[in-house]
Amino acid sequence: MANNRIMMKGTEAMGEAAIRAGCRLYFGYPITPQSELPEYMSRRLPEMKGTFLQAESEVAAVNMIYGAACTGTRVMTSTSSPGFSLMMEGVSYMAGAKLPAVFINVVRGGPGLGDIQPAQSDYFQATKGGGHGDYHLITLAPSTIQEAVDHIALSFDLTDKYRVPALIIADGMLGQMMEPVTLPEYRDMNSLPNHDNWALLGKNGRDKHMVTSFDIDPVKLEEMNNDYQNIYRQITENEVQVEEYMMEDADYAFVAYGTMARIIKTTINMAREEGIKVGLIRPITLWPFPYAAIKKAADKCKFLMSVEMSAGQMVEDVRLGVNGKCPTPFYGRTGGIVPTPTEVLSALKKEMGV
Amino acid sequence: MAEKIIMQRPNALTDKEFTYCPGCLHGVAHRLVAEVLDELEMTDNTIMVAPVGCSVFAYEFFNVDGTVAPHGRATAVATGIKRALPDRTVFTYQGDGDLAAIGTAETIHSANRGEKFTTIFINNAIYGMTGGQMAPTTLEGMKTTTSPYGRDVADVGYPVHVCEMLQNLKGVAYLERVALYSPQHIRKAKAALKKAFTAQKMGLGYSLVEIVSTCPINWGLAPTEAIEWGKEHMLKEFPLGLFIDKVGDAK
Repeated sequence: MANNRIMMKGTEAMGEAAIRAGCRLYFGYPITPQSELPEYMSRRLPEMKGTFLQAESEVAAVNMIYGAACTGTRVMTSTSSPGFSLMMEGVSYMAGAKLPAVFINVVRGGPGLGDIQPAQSDYFQATKGGGHGDYHLITLAPSTIQEAVDHIALSFDLTDKYRVPALIIADGMLGQMMEPVTLPEYRDMNSLPNHDNWALLGKNGRDKHMVTSFDIDPVKLEEMNNDYQNIYRQITENEVQVEEYMMEDADYAFVAYGTMARIIKTTINMAREEGIKVGLIRPITLWPFPYAAIKKAADKCKFLMSVEMSAGQMVEDVRLGVNGKCPTPFYGRTGGIVPTPTEVLSALKKEMGV
Repeated sequence: MAEKIIMQRPNALTDKEFTYCPGCLHGVAHRLVAEVLDELEMTDNTIMVAPVGCSVFAYEFFNVDGTVAPHGRATAVATGIKRALPDRTVFTYQGDGDLAAIGTAETIHSANRGEKFTTIFINNAIYGMTGGQMAPTTLEGMKTTTSPYGRDVADVGYPVHVCEMLQNLKGVAYLERVALYSPQHIRKAKAALKKAFTAQKMGLGYSLVEIVSTCPINWGLAPTEAIEWGKEHMLKEFPLGLFIDKVGDAK
């Protein structure tokens, strides 16, 4: 497959991967650092007889996705932090209406207008709701462009399987960097999951279908919530993904995801040269979170150190997994600053007291 | 003797009883839309988008596939549906708060893009479901629960005229303001709805029918008094008329 390997920018690679996964509908609104993705889709989707539509706002975009998802058709958008905040209402409605769709948040520094540099400060928003009500998004966190490409098809398959919206959480680094990637083959459009048993297609002889996130009767709304929670339990049992790097003999463990995890692998190699046995637990699914891998590491490591491009968000899940069994120091930078391997090594040594 | 049916419930309505207040004209508007869908043989291929407001349950009353949009976002949701399934009939059913306050941007941009679906816009100058608050279309001096001294236009601005606002957008194929205050009004309203759905069927662009209505409960009037009040005050502020008709132009 070497001839399939090409240099691509992260945003464009994810767009191409979505097309190959059978997505023919994209609604979005320009925002840095991901505007190349809607630009790419505006070129490519017409070639594939698909539809690209630039919405008047992220608020409109998410509701266009809501509408398209009601028909059971694969649909996606991409945005960056402030834009994803604007989409939260619609995302909550989609979670409630059990609508499959893929979102990409190329996270930038916040809060507010923030900046346009890479950040991981939307972890809470991605994994703890973000919008109103009891819901989760299936949240994938790639750490390379190749993995981002692979996560596109995976996220479409998961969102179609469970009817829970999926989110790929990238950052400005993954969005803007170029890397060689191997693109998947085009998915046969006739092989895509069939949603005809619930989707809005027009009655055409059958009983009417209704898709809503709504029931005025609290007893029935609780039943709907129980249904969501059952699905979330299934996802938690079946879909956790985590990478363990040099954890076999580790005395210390980093916990990091996305771009930060990638940088930390360099830190680990540097530390190992100095004889420090440190490994990495890299959550690939941020929700469901790999608590079991954290718990296992907590039983044998002296501490688990969460390193994030945030003021400390995932560290709360690390602490839930560790459950007091060992210390859980944190190191992070904010504002769009990406920590260097050396800097993280220094932070590690400081915690070790060396 | 064989019975001849001269009147029956439209196929495009379910058997579910309306939840609307006594004297509310949503029931009349629903029936007109349903009759038009049946007559144009669209019922089986229609997808509707209900709003947030009194007609939030409209998707249960119409015997077509349907959903409820977040407040104000019905035309964005309809855009997504119609773009995914261009050969289906799609309509939104929205009140004045939904369409002309929180959803103004979606309304204008859907119309401007010439989205090929139909909007039924019910204008009764008040927020009904939340209990009678001031709407973008509330008349000058009109008392509501959030304008208890009467709408002061110097303070909160003037009633929004949706048809007049949309009439310069080139994406609009059919635009008419009708009322439901008399049998003549109702007949004209049905004709307008039929034209609007026909415009959609012909792929001419966006179509919207504004229906000037009442809200007896929140206006504090008996149903018949509300109709008389509407004739006297609503029609003065919102004159009825045809703004755009590309169906007629196309013939």
